[in-house]
Amino acid sequence: MSCFRLENVSYRYHKAPVLQGVDLRLEPGEILGLFGHNGAGKTTTIKLILGLMQPVGGFLSVLDGSAGDPQVTRHIGYLPENVMFYPQLTGREILAHFARLKGADLRQVPELLTQVGLDDAMDGRVKTYSKGMRQRLGLAQALLGKPKLLMLDEPTVGLDPVATADLYRLLRTLRDSGTGIVLCSHVLPGVEPYIDRAAILTDGALKASGNLEALRRQANMPVTLMLEPTGSLDSLENAIRQCNGVTRPVMKNINNRLQVDVRPADKMPLLTALMASGEVADVGIHQPTLEDIYVHFIGSGGLAHRGEVQ
Amino acid sequence: MNSVWTIARKELSDSLRNRWLLAIAIVFAVLAAGIAWFGAAASGQVGYASTPATIASLASLGIFLIPLIALLLAYDAIVGEDEGGTLLLLMTYPLSRGQLLFGKFLGHGLTLAFATILGFGVAGIAIAVLVEDVGITDLALAMLRFIGSTILLGWSFIALAYVVSVRASEKPVAAGLALAIWFFFVLVFDLLLLGSLVASEGKLNPELLPWLLMLNPTDIYRLLNILAFGEGRQLSGVLSLGSDLPIGQGGLWLALLLWCVLPLTAAWALFRNRRI
Repeated sequence: MSCFRLENVSYRYHKAPVLQGVDLRLEPGEILGLFGHNGAGKTTTIKLILGLMQPVGGFLSVLDGSAGDPQVTRHIGYLPENVMFYPQLTGREILAHFARLKGADLRQVPELLTQVGLDDAMDGRVKTYSKGMRQRLGLAQALLGKPKLLMLDEPTVGLDPVATADLYRLLRTLRDSGTGIVLCSHVLPGVEPYIDRAAILTDGALKASGNLEALRRQANMPVTLMLEPTGSLDSLENAIRQCNGVTRPVMKNINNRLQVDVRPADKMPLLTALMASGEVADVGIHQPTLEDIYVHFIGSGGLAHRGEVQ
Repeated sequence: MNSVWTIARKELSDSLRNRWLLAIAIVFAVLAAGIAWFGAAASGQVGYASTPATIASLASLGIFLIPLIALLLAYDAIVGEDEGGTLLLLMTYPLSRGQLLFGKFLGHGLTLAFATILGFGVAGIAIAVLVEDVGITDLALAMLRFIGSTILLGWSFIALAYVVSVRASEKPVAAGLALAIWFFFVLVFDLLLLGSLVASEGKLNPELLPWLLMLNPTDIYRLLNILAFGEGRQLSGVLSLGSDLPIGQGGLWLALLLWCVLPLTAAWALFRNRRI
């Protein structure tokens, strides 16, 4: 059973294409990071999976059923971006209301509130809650009824670093117990260690998807080596230039260390040759981060996309 | 059905919490008691006049107040959830749009019904106890009819408020449109009808005219409460047309019920097309 499967899915709003030919799937026990600039189609993708809208083309199945079917939505947990609740009710009342709607066990209500750290505030009205507390309540809401598919839109907004770490630990536990999780976030360094796969959307099309290794290969971005010379920098530079079969890399002198950007394929031959030359005292290797990969796929025109309405 | 009741239950407990239910009940009780005691003041005396006169006065005031209260209670039902950010969340739950709307209707409808029964019921009992030689059976029957029709009138305006609430994109717009609905049915409609009667100079089919009253739930409500006493003389203005209606009490009840069902169905159909 897949958590969801999108095959060649398209969506249009007022004839303007919002999503075009998106292929994406999520298996149980997997955390998928969904990334893209504002208006790239992340929210639309999530809304389609939730069954709030119907795709205009392509095939979509959720938990082996159709999106929006009550038997399917019962097993989906969703935390919207900027989650809001009824200000005049207490946290406990709100969670009980949503638990009844979902057909979840009411005993879960105090348990979940404790789990997200609201045990002291559960009987206070939501209008007195801070942004972070509302976010925690939203998270508790998403976890009602032990969902098989969990979709979180910017879950760490308003959370302090400790709460953020707690959240990611919780997500790992859920993933290990077989929940499929979709994580939308703009805090890329924060989510990088926790996601199994990433999908990058731009302008309604899927630019890349796969695990970080696959994305790095696909992006073919240079690996950065920081080399500390045993002797002088010049002799180290010479040693690098004399390497056979290695495209001449970009080199920069930073505080008497040499920064070398090398193509992924050239990394090992270069390192082997340098080790043999004895010119290197220390090596630091920096793989492209998720953020680097993201910027690579989105393109440098990132800011131009930011102003669009979703 | 369960989720419909969950929604209704929240609406009901909301109106208990913010004391809407209590406030409406008190307004109704004070209104009814005041009219019962001072209804005859125009003829130079204070005290209970008669059951038909009291009910007629209550109905005349009711058509101003009840639609207003119902519209205020319900205008933000959907647009309020949307602005508050909870509509999107609700729709990701195993809850259809129809269930949400009917749950809201049940909650608001019960709020209004309880307030009406409480407010006018207390007033009715007070009249029965305090006024000497009042016909208890007549009073009870008239009060029951009055309370029943008041509830139906309230429900029809709750349903009309939903039509506005599912269409409007912002709360102030919905509030404005709800006031326009009140203005049209309570103030403008009868004037329009009277105006077109005069302007047509008798060219309109006289058989058709009384039916035009069915286009306004407040007119049906007044007819129901006044015609029942068999006293056509109490009818003034356009309402006098009503005595020519060939449908009788049952027909009027049915018409009022249709005024609940049709707007609610329309609101449901419109809600299904709302973009969330």
